[in-house]
Amino acid sequence: MKYLKQFTIILGVSFVGELFKYILPFPIPASIYGMVLMLILLLTGIIKVEDVKDVSGFLIEIMPIMFVPAGVGLMASWSEFAKVIIPMSIITVVVLILVMAVTGKTSQMIINVSKDKKEGKKKSE
Amino acid sequence: MNDFFETSLFVGVSINLISYFLGVSLKKRFKNELLNPLLISILVTIIVLVLLNIDYDIYYRGAMYISWFLTPATVCLAVPLYEQWQLLKNNFKAVSVGIFSGVITSMVSIFVFSKLLGLSHKQYVTLLPKSITTAIGIGVSEELGGYVTITVVVIVITGILGNIFGEKICKLFKINNPISKGLAFGTAAHVMGTAKAIELGEIEGAMSGLSVAVAGVMTVLLAPFFVNFM
Repeated sequence: MKYLKQFTIILGVSFVGELFKYILPFPIPASIYGMVLMLILLLTGIIKVEDVKDVSGFLIEIMPIMFVPAGVGLMASWSEFAKVIIPMSIITVVVLILVMAVTGKTSQMIINVSKDKKEGKKKSE
Repeated sequence: MNDFFETSLFVGVSINLISYFLGVSLKKRFKNELLNPLLISILVTIIVLVLLNIDYDIYYRGAMYISWFLTPATVCLAVPLYEQWQLLKNNFKAVSVGIFSGVITSMVSIFVFSKLLGLSHKQYVTLLPKSITTAIGIGVSEELGGYVTITVVVIVITGILGNIFGEKICKLFKINNPISKGLAFGTAAHVMGTAKAIELGEIEGAMSGLSVAVAGVMTVLLAPFFVNFM
């Protein structure tokens, strides 16, 4: 029953996420509402992490497989994409690299600065 | 035999899973990042469908059951996030500024390159949500008046490329802190990047999952300001 119980909780939260999507006017999917809700429920202790841990571990592990249908879907919309393939591909690749670099570098710089500060404090004490 | 393929719910999904494992073992043997299981599974499935002359819609009748799990799986990304909560609180500034800078970079660079390459307004807004997760991206593209099918294509391609080359890009720019790596994967390549970040480690996975949600919401809020740029 352990797995069934965990799965029930996860699907229940997903369902409430759907409900939020239905009620609220934003283009935010049920999964994101559900993720935020699950986090709140865990942080407030309403759901214990042991009560979702095993099944969530399983679902996260098999997650890459879930993107295969979307990838295969490129087949269906390819002809439309083919018309704009060159500019769109250039932008897709360049922006991916830029966003990764800026996000990673910026956060890493801030982490290192605050680390130095902490270490500086320790030394001055 | 064609009748059989048109009614079978399991043929497509079986091909997905088998080719995925083929990808996993090829990657292990040759240690080449291009041998990405996700990419191999997609390519093998497309080839088989084309060879057997099976329509995407027929394939999807079975494959939709795998996609169905995507919502509960995304909800579950809250679990690693919860487990890394203390780390997140301690690095709140780095996390929030990092994701914000990524979201702004995404939209500013899409604007600049759209201008340089002479794209139309409609093509430009089609690209604006390209770094965020498909479900949010579709909504944004619709609202801004883009070509939704093309938005989906660029989002998926971004995700696949991020999944394959993310580690290389991090290495190239000397991004070694696990928090920063996770943020980079999630902000630049949404859930498909997160799938890779999870393989790298617990912190990477948690931070990447967080970035998907935060970057998605930030894009929803900021994209309308970018619409009138061109």
